[in-house]
Amino acid sequence: MSVFLLQRLGQALVAIFGVMTLVFFIQRLTGDPTYLLVPETATQADIEAMRRTLGLDQPLVVQYANYLWDMLRFDFGTSYVQNVPVIDIIASRLPYTLQLAAGALFVAFVIGLPVGLALALWREKTAAKLLMGVVLGAQSMPTFWSGILMIMVFGVWLGWLPPSGSGSFAHMIMPSIALGLLSMATYARIARSALLDEMSKDYVRSARARGVGTGRLVRKHLIRNSLIPVISISALEISQLLAGAVIVETVFAWPGLGQLTVQSVQSRDFVVVQGIVLLGALVTISVNLLADILYSVVDPRIRKGGRA
Amino acid sequence: MTAYAAAWRRMFRSQPGDGVPVGVFLAILAIMVIVAIFAPLIAPYDPNTQNLLGRLKPPGTEARGVYYLLGSDELGRDLLSRVIHGARVSLAVAFLSVILSGCVGITLGMLAGYRGGWVEIVVMRLVDIFLSIPAILLAIIMVVVLGPGFLNVVLVLALTRWPRYARIAYGQTLAVSSQPYVRLARAMGAGPIRVLFLHILPNIIAPLAVVATLEFGLMVLFEAGLSFLGLGVQPPMASWGAMLSVGRNYVSSAWWIATFPGLCLFLLVLSVNLIGDRLSAYLNPKSR
Repeated sequence: MSVFLLQRLGQALVAIFGVMTLVFFIQRLTGDPTYLLVPETATQADIEAMRRTLGLDQPLVVQYANYLWDMLRFDFGTSYVQNVPVIDIIASRLPYTLQLAAGALFVAFVIGLPVGLALALWREKTAAKLLMGVVLGAQSMPTFWSGILMIMVFGVWLGWLPPSGSGSFAHMIMPSIALGLLSMATYARIARSALLDEMSKDYVRSARARGVGTGRLVRKHLIRNSLIPVISISALEISQLLAGAVIVETVFAWPGLGQLTVQSVQSRDFVVVQGIVLLGALVTISVNLLADILYSVVDPRIRKGGRA
Repeated sequence: MTAYAAAWRRMFRSQPGDGVPVGVFLAILAIMVIVAIFAPLIAPYDPNTQNLLGRLKPPGTEARGVYYLLGSDELGRDLLSRVIHGARVSLAVAFLSVILSGCVGITLGMLAGYRGGWVEIVVMRLVDIFLSIPAILLAIIMVVVLGPGFLNVVLVLALTRWPRYARIAYGQTLAVSSQPYVRLARAMGAGPIRVLFLHILPNIIAPLAVVATLEFGLMVLFEAGLSFLGLGVQPPMASWGAMLSVGRNYVSSAWWIATFPGLCLFLLVLSVNLIGDRLSAYLNPKSR
């Protein structure tokens, strides 16, 4: 463990603690959360009783300490609508979102990286310009519209794929593409600019002068050297996918965490929403940390310098 | 003035790599802004008048004296009028939230970079914390607490997005603060406010403008996304996102409800993103 990694670990822990505090205060500063938790028909006595069971009659500092203690034990509270521990609810939905995210990352990588390579290698050709147009379009495509369009065309008109729901591989295709489209465009653009950057360097010119062919050049030198921006964007993309899942799962009625978020908001199940937000932040922070560790494996220069 | 005009021309001049000239996207954006401003004059009908005998009419049909150029929705409201009024919501929310988050983020970022010390620690740690929550989730949790509605959406988006500006303003301010002209201004007795807004801000505004442009497109998408989930502006106010969510329910019987608002959303975001890209390429020629 180098100083750099220890520093990063410390930063990550501070960020996690900060997120928990932020979520707590967003909730408390804007009023009494009891009103968010009780049904709209609750009487004053119900509210008082709820406030006592939640410990909200205690001073704010005590509440905050209790909250942090619960979080440290991975106790995210109990859903007031379903009366089930939040962690169990999340655990039952998580596999669906992971499936979807994996599908989306697959789409993004398998299409995005080759497209980026093509864009860089054929920079001057018409095909690359057309492809660039498609990439730019994909980047501005709202996920909820691309999802609905796909449902319309492949689900309703052509009838090739089930329009919504889950259960089979066919159900996964459209949501994965919808979710992965934006990441695909990002990968293509990042890969393109990273490759162009590398291609303008001296070692590439001298390799070409030595007679190294394009294929070998790409395989042996360019791909490896342009990996860093791709890795760093992957960290960002994974947390983007989590956020994008909220929309995509609603469009396709996919029973993952995103749909759970929307359902919990609608049923005013604040504890569940809070649990999902904390989980999302935890994933984002860990993935960023992981990316930093990966950099230092790929590029030893980062390991040596104290600050990247 | 002519210098500005020349810079403008250079920035948006067609370049060999362009498929479609960037002027087309400037024009699309300009048209949308004009349509949004004059929505009540341009829209053929009131966007909220229901016509229960004219529900789900396909584009180009007439029912009870109302001609539905783009069809009608599930309550018999004219889709064209709603799309036109929807431009208002999209642009207004995006504009206000970019201004608000930009002002807050840039001021805090500059202060953190210029003052250092505890201001820097507090602001930059806060930035880290905000940026480690996926933006949509942060917006959702805030909407849950504040409640939906036009002004709350603006507020929530501003609260969610200011760290983007703060981080860039901070880095740029750090880079500029040690420049001789800043030290000279301080030596001549300029106070921190004068130094920050008259000497530092003009020199770091370029990268911030690029971020603001790209954020504008993102804010349009966020507003539509929140409204799509029922957490944005509330009915009957026309929002493209909310219209898409209705269209989702009628996807097998009325394709037009989702298609037209979706198309407008796509064109708006595409135009803004391409203009932002061009701005960034112009201000940072190395990336071209």
